[in-house]
Amino acid sequence: MLFLIIKRILLGFITLFIVSIITFVGTEVLPGDACTTYLERQAFGEQLEACYRRLGLNVPAYERYISWALNAIQGDFGYSLSGEMPIKEVLGPRIKNSLVLASAAIFIGIPIALILGIITALWRDKLPDVAISTVTIFAMTIPEFISATLLILIIAIWLEWLPGIVIVPTDVSFLELLPNIILPVVAIAMIMTAHMARMVRSSVIQVMASEYVQMAILKGVPYWKMVFKHVLPNALLPAINVVALTIAWLLGGVVVTEVVFNYPGLGRLVIESISNRDLPTVQALAIILASIYVSINLLADLLTLMLNPRLKTLQIRK
Amino acid sequence: MKLDNLYKEEKKSAFAKLSEIIITMASRPSGLIGLSILLFHIILAFISPYVAPHDFKAIDPTLMLQAPSAEYWFGTDDLGRDVFTRTILGGRTALTITFFGSLIALLWGGLLGIFCGLVGGKIDDVVMRIVDAFLSIPWILAMLLIVSLLGTSTEVLIPALGFFYGKGIVRVARAATHDVIAKDFIVSAKARGHSNFSIIWNEIIPNVRDAILVEGAMRWSWMLLGFSSLSFLGFGVSPPTPDWGLMISNARGLMSFAYWAVIAPIVGLSSLIIGINLTADAFAKALGIDRSTKAPV
Repeated sequence: MLFLIIKRILLGFITLFIVSIITFVGTEVLPGDACTTYLERQAFGEQLEACYRRLGLNVPAYERYISWALNAIQGDFGYSLSGEMPIKEVLGPRIKNSLVLASAAIFIGIPIALILGIITALWRDKLPDVAISTVTIFAMTIPEFISATLLILIIAIWLEWLPGIVIVPTDVSFLELLPNIILPVVAIAMIMTAHMARMVRSSVIQVMASEYVQMAILKGVPYWKMVFKHVLPNALLPAINVVALTIAWLLGGVVVTEVVFNYPGLGRLVIESISNRDLPTVQALAIILASIYVSINLLADLLTLMLNPRLKTLQIRK
Repeated sequence: MKLDNLYKEEKKSAFAKLSEIIITMASRPSGLIGLSILLFHIILAFISPYVAPHDFKAIDPTLMLQAPSAEYWFGTDDLGRDVFTRTILGGRTALTITFFGSLIALLWGGLLGIFCGLVGGKIDDVVMRIVDAFLSIPWILAMLLIVSLLGTSTEVLIPALGFFYGKGIVRVARAATHDVIAKDFIVSAKARGHSNFSIIWNEIIPNVRDAILVEGAMRWSWMLLGFSSLSFLGFGVSPPTPDWGLMISNARGLMSFAYWAVIAPIVGLSSLIIGINLTADAFAKALGIDRSTKAPV
């Protein structure tokens, strides 16, 4: 068991290591480097040389990778090009804002997804299932920028209930942020909830068809007791991993949603830094987003391991 | 009796099999709706250049932001261009690029996955670690990097999307291969001394094909989503090419008084994505594969 956990964590680190190499190589081969972008027209001769030396771009790529990686492990990602600010300081408030957005969506989304998934599974192919499933298909498949645009059009422009676009400074306090984040949270939560509800549904249906549930029905266990004691614990376990993958996948959706709502989070920073060719920031963002992905998946795996007694014994026997 | 059945199945032509699958798909209401939407969009993509009532790039300042009328069915946009024309043309680029992108994704993802599943060992370990690493880079960041690196021409986008969305197929193909690899017919093919290539071609592919095709159909809708998100963010096709993502992002700022310029491309893009999704779902069900437990990776 312990061996398995250590192995799993180690694999996560190997993945991050490969990600760092991929992004480093990826940003390295981008046309134009930091200095030509920064100096624009004056990018020649003496000044270019000086800039290369100042940013340390005059050493071979692998040496730069090693020093960059060593610093990155300590949380130092170097300086952003546009603002001449340490990337750490640029990232801090952005991460906080995105975290607020994502966690609000998760806390709203997961309970709703569970309830909807269970309802649709228990009333399979009946009216509640058909109605909810139709809505979830729409919510799930429509791109984030479309649902976000529609939300702004209907709620903010036609009904004028909430502000449609977030106009706040990056380092805004939580209370000031609150009315502004309702629409973005709804936009993200909608898609996430739809995805998870469908997974919970199929998981519950699978367990309902299993032999021990049939046995429980035959033994005369009351319906709701059977649902809560026999079905749900077994149905929700495999859902954990899938939910983790969905959350991780939504990192991309969060980027788009933030752009639509002009929300000062990591997502907008991704777009800004790529447009500005701010490569150090792009590298830092890639590593951070990948770390979030890897740790969410790791957490889900460990949770499944801990909650599933079968897996435990299986590993010990091995 | 059993042998008889097997024999019959073998003799069915590919066309007969395909039409059987399509009939099964259309027998459920959701599959029928999905197929009809998809078919509608494909036909539209072929005929739209010939039926478009106006020039998609004709700019006329006197016609800016006109409400829908008999002449301009869906109104005009901020440059006086006909929204109806641009909407019916708007799916062509997206459909073409994502369709061929999915084919490439299917090919390399499927073959690499089968190969890794069959060979196993060190090669498998290394490839899967790299695939894992690519999976953990958010799609939007990776696509943005690729696009800013290589540009947004069709020749770049098709292989780029194909490459990036194929990595998930590697996993599915590998898992499907693992399911059949221990079966007797593979073991006996190995015992007969068949080469790896022959085993892949004659024994594994016919058995994992369905799973990979279903996965590919799903990728198609995600690729479309990714592609139009890129256009929306301004990293996709360049103006004045009519494209739904681009149209939505252009018209979005003015939607408080010209909502028609946003609604038309939204309906176009949403219906196509829903159509592909429903079709993929029905396809999976017709082949007897449950795809509802999969996360979008």
